Parts: sequence; structure tokens; C-alpha cells
Amino acid sequence: MNRYETVFILTPVLSEEQAKEAVKVYEDYITKNGGTIKHKEFWGLKKLAYQIQKKSTGFYSLVEFENDGTLIKKLEIEFKRDERIMRFLSIRMDKHHVAFAEKTRKAGTNTAKTEEKAEA
Amino acid sequence: MAQNDIRYLTPINIEIKKDKYCRFKKSGIKYVDYKNPEFLLKFINEQGKILPRRVTGTSQKYQKKVNKAVKRARHLAILPYVADLMK
Repeated sequence: MNRYETVFILTPVLSEEQAKEAVKVYEDYITKNGGTIKHKEFWGLKKLAYQIQKKSTGFYSLVEFENDGTLIKKLEIEFKRDERIMRFLSIRMDKHHVAFAEKTRKAGTNTAKTEEKAEA
Repeated sequence: MAQNDIRYLTPINIEIKKDKYCRFKKSGIKYVDYKNPEFLLKFINEQGKILPRRVTGTSQKYQKKVNKAVKRARHLAILPYVADLMK
């Protein structure tokens, strides 16, 4: 079993409720297709660094899940088919990434920053 | 006449060289997070270009990770590809 992390950006045309609904659809999709969700975050409406599809904002969402690797391809096809999704990125997490994610969640802040501050 | 003055053929280098170090090795950071734009901002210049490791002092192992993280952040519109005075 591998741990994966998916971040996707939904169009700002949707309302916040609609965006959350869309996120829910994908979470259900993951669980139905043999993935187990470990963590999820909804970042809300954020400003983009550059325009995508002539939009300057977007709803960011992050889902962390475990699967044997068959799910990613299917999930990305679903993302491509969906007009509500502007951008997505799925990556396999290595052991350092998993440790980092769990540590940050516990601390509630970004540890890369705090670790460096402690040294300086 | 000041005959005892020491004369140098080449001007002496008064600049004190600051030691470069890899901040990841020093503070034990194992993973470079692409979702943290403030941290990644230290490795890019005002135009949004990735700084070389001869400037930042990052070791090769972590420079590769920084590059990957910056590129992932750019794909997700967390960091811009091109910018003017972004800092």
C-alpha cells in the first residue's frame, strides 16, 4: 500500500457549498474504489499566482489516501472529465513526506519553518 | 618618507567571506514542502527564477528536492512561473 496526496483546484464559479460537494464526490469515489482516506483539507478560496482558464482565484482541496496504485489513473481521468476542476496534482508520498505531514498536523504549523527558527 | 610601509603588489582582500551552508542539513529538514510558498520564496529570485546552489549553498541532494517542490508549486499556481518584483 502506498500513500498518495492529491491537490486539486475547483473553479471559483461554484459557491463554497458546491465546491465542498464536489470534494465530497471525489472522496466517495476514492473510498468506493478501494482507497482509504487518511486526511483531508479544504483550503477554501485562494488567489492563484497566475490565471488559469481566465480565473484568478480557486477553491483548493487536499486529500491524502492509501491505495495500491491502481486508483490514481482512474481518479485522474475523472478529474480530466470534470469541468469544475481546473488543475490537479497527485503524488506518491515517500517516508519523509509522510512523517512531515503527520508532524505538521500534530503541531498545527509548518515545521520546516519552526525547525529552521530553532536552529537560528 | 615612509620607507617602512609595507607595499602589496595586489590589493589585499578585506572582504570577509561568509561560510555557505546547506540549511536543510543544518536544521535536519528531510522533506521540502511544495505547499508552503513562504519557505520556497527563499530559493527563488524576484523574477521567480530558482536560485543556483552556488548562491544559496544548498547541497545537491536538497537542491533537487527544492527544484521539484518549486515546480510542483508552480503547477498548482502557488508560485508564479514569471513575475516582476514578487518579493
